[in-house]
Amino acid sequence: MSSPTGGVVKKEKVSVPFDYNKYLRPNKLPHIWCPGCGHGIVLKAMLRAIHNAGLNKDNVCVISGIGCSSRTPGYVDFNTLHTLHGRALSFATGVKFANPKLKVIVVTGDGDALAIGGNHFIHTCRRNIDLTVLVFTNATYGMTGGQYSPTTPIGSQATTSRYGNIEPPFDACEMAKASGASFVARGTAYHTLELEKTIQEALEHKGTSVVDIIDACPTYFGRMNKFKGASQMMEEIEKDKTVSVKQVDKLPPEKVQGKMLRGVLHKVDRPEYCEQYETLVMEKAKAK
Amino acid sequence: MADKKKKFMQGNEACVEGALYAGCMFYAGYPITPSTEIAEGMSVRLPKIGGKFIQMEDEIGGIAAALGGSLTGLKSLTATSGPGFSLKQECIGYACLAEIPLVIVNVMRGGPSTGYPTGPSQADIMQAKWGTHGDHPAISITPAYVQEILTETVRAFNLAEKYRTPVVVLYDEIVGHMREPIVIPEKGELEVIDRVKPDCKPEDYFPYDDKYEIPPLAPFGKGYRFHVTGLNHKKDGFPTNDSKIIEENNLRIMRKVENHKDDIWKNDEFMLGDAEVAVFSIGSTARSARFAVKQAREAGIKAGLLRPLTIWPFPDKAVTELSKKVKAIIVPEMNLGQMALEVQRVSKKAEVAGIHRVDGEPINPAQIFEQIKRFK
Amino acid sequence: MGNAAEKKLPRIEINARLCKGCSICVDFCPTNVLEMRGTTAAVKDLAACTRCQLCDLRCPDFAIQVFD
Ligand SMILES: Cc1ncc(C[n+]2csc(CCOP(=O)(O)OP(=O)(O)O)c2C)c(N)n1
Ligand code: SF4
Ligand code: SF4
Ligand code: SF4
Ligand SMILES: [Mg+2]
Repeated sequence: MSSPTGGVVKKEKVSVPFDYNKYLRPNKLPHIWCPGCGHGIVLKAMLRAIHNAGLNKDNVCVISGIGCSSRTPGYVDFNTLHTLHGRALSFATGVKFANPKLKVIVVTGDGDALAIGGNHFIHTCRRNIDLTVLVFTNATYGMTGGQYSPTTPIGSQATTSRYGNIEPPFDACEMAKASGASFVARGTAYHTLELEKTIQEALEHKGTSVVDIIDACPTYFGRMNKFKGASQMMEEIEKDKTVSVKQVDKLPPEKVQGKMLRGVLHKVDRPEYCEQYETLVMEKAKAK
Repeated sequence: MADKKKKFMQGNEACVEGALYAGCMFYAGYPITPSTEIAEGMSVRLPKIGGKFIQMEDEIGGIAAALGGSLTGLKSLTATSGPGFSLKQECIGYACLAEIPLVIVNVMRGGPSTGYPTGPSQADIMQAKWGTHGDHPAISITPAYVQEILTETVRAFNLAEKYRTPVVVLYDEIVGHMREPIVIPEKGELEVIDRVKPDCKPEDYFPYDDKYEIPPLAPFGKGYRFHVTGLNHKKDGFPTNDSKIIEENNLRIMRKVENHKDDIWKNDEFMLGDAEVAVFSIGSTARSARFAVKQAREAGIKAGLLRPLTIWPFPDKAVTELSKKVKAIIVPEMNLGQMALEVQRVSKKAEVAGIHRVDGEPINPAQIFEQIKRFK
Repeated sequence: MGNAAEKKLPRIEINARLCKGCSICVDFCPTNVLEMRGTTAAVKDLAACTRCQLCDLRCPDFAIQVFD
């Protein structure tokens, strides 16, 4: 297949591979994901970002809902919480609010975050509580066998849309921004180094940081929509259907049309929930 | 001095006092009549003492956030009523299996559905036990007086922390909104139990270690880095498909309650010594029953009252014993027979007669007295 | 002789236990170093490897790493 992008190719430089074992729980691999599942690529980018951000493992808490993507916490050596379908953000809000010293990362699927957990998603962003939310957007419900999800494109095949999906998909980034998240970004599994940097930036941001990550479910979305395998999906969906925000102004309109933007799409300073509670609510309450 | 601690307050306000006395530092919930005063009270009081209050976007978010708070080591509370209690059920099952201490207050209102929001009921008794799917342990506490809501809320926290399991406090709207003079206990007056934390090295820690009946629970962020899941899991917290381990763990969480019923049960007995007719009742209905029993005694009928303060696990020992001594057990309840069915199940000899009401009106003493007279 | 010593070859470790045979590494290697042998990735042309790490970065299964 075609040229490498997304990776900064460091020619002639001594390259040392990343030591993932530092952050993985021993003897948990191989993971449950299918061959070529994008979730594994995203997991690796997340671990490198956590490393680059210099976080202490004891202070990191990784929380998920239910779904293939939500199995991530079981593999990583942090405080980990695998909750209920759609409820990851609520559990995470509780953990973070109760102990703001923890760095709380939510790992969630497009179904988990945007369908059953959609209301929690909106309100988490609105509060701007300091959570990093990684949405694994594979346009399907992988775990239950490939039903259509809130990000499945119109016309696509799924086990519950045999005549083509008629529901318009959500843009998780637009929704996060409109709801008040102070950091919104998109990445893909294909652009894995860019994704690593985006996640790191999200981790270093104070407030709700949402990263919508487009990745592939070759087993269901791929097969049902006539993709030959994971690589073709990465090429034709993640690479060809996205464009970096850094390049978008330099490209002719026809090269941008119908493509999703990648990179940091929105970043503002906005009061963070736990800090507001401590400085406004607690202080006023104590003075009274 | 003693007068200073005497206060006139509502049941729901007493619940707030009880929670704070027990050391609750985290509340998350969603407003619903007739439980809202608990949220309002916690929102005022918690930030004064460094505690956390958050109003979530729904009841599921409320209990989920409270469970998150509990996992960081804080004693946590959520309160609700009917429809909200229904929404919380999936998370209650999660708390049972993941063994996370939590207190859930359900101020019972008329149902089903939106029902009668401002009307009392006692129709969530079965839901408190069977509301979430799967077999699971259940503890439910049933106070009947404002003072008792305070002390029983403390007991609910104690049981939740001691047995690492969710505990439901159930009382009807009448007791929740009733105002009575109460005494706020001094510090140290009531027993307060804190959760057992591990003292082993992190590498030796198993959050579901079967060498303990109730394994210690480490708070997140203190170096233990363990895994919590709602999937069936091994002692290290990681999912398993091993049927033997699944069964053993499912049985162990049941045993936590089953083997300690004597510690969890609590009954209030009134004039039962020589009673020939007994009344079995909870909450506001038990207050009417007490009055009816007095009336009966004045009329020369040997009546008595058994009032459970723990409805789950069901007080079968006390009821079975009672049923051998009395002719009849009358069960007045604001539902269509949820407790009467249980009383029937464990009664040996006595006839069981229910008094049921689902019109949003309380069961009055006269109604109970009429029944007592039938068995004299 | 001197040439070979100058051009030290990288070491590519493929963990056959972890490799699930998705062929992502093979498909995206810019210099065609890798190939599929059955259901496992394998090295075909080590000398062509530029140590770019793309195979490792995109492998979903922690199954391939390239050491200098
Ligand atoms: C309350 C509830 N409803 C439904 C399910 C079944 N279920 C499990 S995972 C899932 C969808 C997961 O999709 P997504 O979040 O996109 O994750 P993916 O598997 O695609 O990574 C569903 C519907 C469930 N576990 N709980
Ligand atoms: S079903 Fe899809 S999302 Fe789930 S593991 Fe397989 S490829 Fe990944
Ligand atoms: S490091 Fe780069 S060149 Fe070498 S095998 Fe991997 S992808 Fe190919
Ligand atoms: S990308 Fe990884 S799992 Fe896939 S074939 Fe290559 S080494 Fe194997
Ligand atoms: Mg999905």
